[in-house]
Amino acid sequence: MTESRLNRTLCLILIGVASFASLLPIVLAVMNALKTTVEISTNPLAPPRQLHWENFTSAWNNAALGPSLLHTAEVAALTIVMVCATAAPCAYVLARQRGRGFRLLTFYFMASITIPVQLYLYPLYFIFAKLGLVNSIPAVALIYTAMFSPFSIFLLRTYVVSIPYALEEASEVDGATAWQKFYYVVLPMMRPGLLTVAIIVGLNAWNEFVIAVTFLQNDSNVTAIVKFYNLTGQYSTDWGEMLAAAVIIVLPVVLAFVLLQRRFIDGMTAGAVKS
Amino acid sequence: MWLFALPALLINVCIILIPGLLTLMAAFFVWDGVGTPAWAGLANFHSLFDDPVFWTALTNNFIWTAIFLIVPMCLALVMAAALMMVPSSRIVVQCIIFLPRILAAAVTGRVFQGMIFSPVTGLVGWLNGHGLSISDPLADPDRSLYAVAAVDIWHWWGFLAVVYFAAMRQISVDQIEAARLDGAGFFALLRYVLLPGIRPTLVLMMILTVIWSFQVFEFIYIVTQGGPANGSEVLATLAYRNAFFAGDIGKATAAACVMSLFGLCATSVYLWLQTRDSASAA
Repeated sequence: MTESRLNRTLCLILIGVASFASLLPIVLAVMNALKTTVEISTNPLAPPRQLHWENFTSAWNNAALGPSLLHTAEVAALTIVMVCATAAPCAYVLARQRGRGFRLLTFYFMASITIPVQLYLYPLYFIFAKLGLVNSIPAVALIYTAMFSPFSIFLLRTYVVSIPYALEEASEVDGATAWQKFYYVVLPMMRPGLLTVAIIVGLNAWNEFVIAVTFLQNDSNVTAIVKFYNLTGQYSTDWGEMLAAAVIIVLPVVLAFVLLQRRFIDGMTAGAVKS
Repeated sequence: MWLFALPALLINVCIILIPGLLTLMAAFFVWDGVGTPAWAGLANFHSLFDDPVFWTALTNNFIWTAIFLIVPMCLALVMAAALMMVPSSRIVVQCIIFLPRILAAAVTGRVFQGMIFSPVTGLVGWLNGHGLSISDPLADPDRSLYAVAAVDIWHWWGFLAVVYFAAMRQISVDQIEAARLDGAGFFALLRYVLLPGIRPTLVLMMILTVIWSFQVFEFIYIVTQGGPANGSEVLATLAYRNAFFAGDIGKATAAACVMSLFGLCATSVYLWLQTRDSASAA
């Protein structure tokens, strides 16, 4: 009995230490975003003596974060729409069709999940440069669609599999075409899946770095992440302002996470947990 | 029925498959990105293998793989098992340790540079002022790789713990209770009940770890750009710099091929496992 109590205490200590380690950099960033650079270098661990909200206004104005956040939202929204529109019908046929061709297609999408960006990045860049698609936000959203849709297809496929086939058979009796079956019967029942996909794809598009930094070079159309990256070199000096910008960029994501944590966690761990 | 899959397939083929095949081809040509490519045979691979930085990068990829197969795995397993033992406030704790995973790499990287590693504004600087003498690990070629790995581990391990915890919850409660009644302590329970119970998940995560370790780019490029003195160089950063800063597409694509080749071994195991599972589920 005492040993099990000891075990439990040790587990609680462990969980406490782990939570502290996960939160420490975040707390430090938020705290120091409200201090002057001099204050930060004097003692980064001390809470602010006075709240310097002007870090936020100067980050917003100097870095022109407003327009770049708008670009981020545009890319994310476009990507979400394109992924949902293309992945949902694809997931439907992959769940319902048993032919050899469809099995091959499933295999192809599975393989494309593990292909490194580096394997297609360079030719893609030069092709897009030739087509005048560099610095174009829809073009970046198109690349994101290709990158994030295989995962979305497999997530949505599990939703389709859980919909009873009898519903489709019933509509078949009424003379529904394949498209009508999908659009009127299956798609409405896929809604929770589509919402999860939208959240995960939106998050990935919001945070994405490699494609954004490569394909968006014009200061007038970069996403917030690229703007932030370009502004802050390794030897940045105005840390207060930089951290304020970081908080502004991350805040929408954290708010969404707090509101919808179950969907975030379920969606992101989907496929990882095997039984 | 094929029409349903066509848009997704078309986008995937145009953005991933065709440029991917072009990369394999470009590795055998000399090209500066503008002019006409000329056949080069294995010349790109020769120049890559003659470059000592390539061998540093490859070694670093192997070190990275080893670190990520051990450190986050152990942290996550112990954490998930601890969550199994403590029934209260699990949801809050899961959210806290999951939080780093949803933050953008560019932001996380910069925050660690400024708030943790910086000798002026960071935790390292503060410790220096309080009796401990640690230099900036990011300025040290021998330690920069480990410093960046620490950032990535911070970002990754909590997610892994949540995955393992979800898998452990699927183990039958009777089995766990029986082990407890037999007097199994924390590590005995982990070793004989929890670990065997989540084996499929564990294997999958290890394979994915190997695949991702050969692709690692973001955190290294953001925090050190492969430096200082190529100390934290990996194949992906080497390829990226060669393509966009040195204008040597041949060498970049050759490096991309090498890195894909290593990932391919793990990928084939991954595909074999996944198709076996989906076949048995059907």
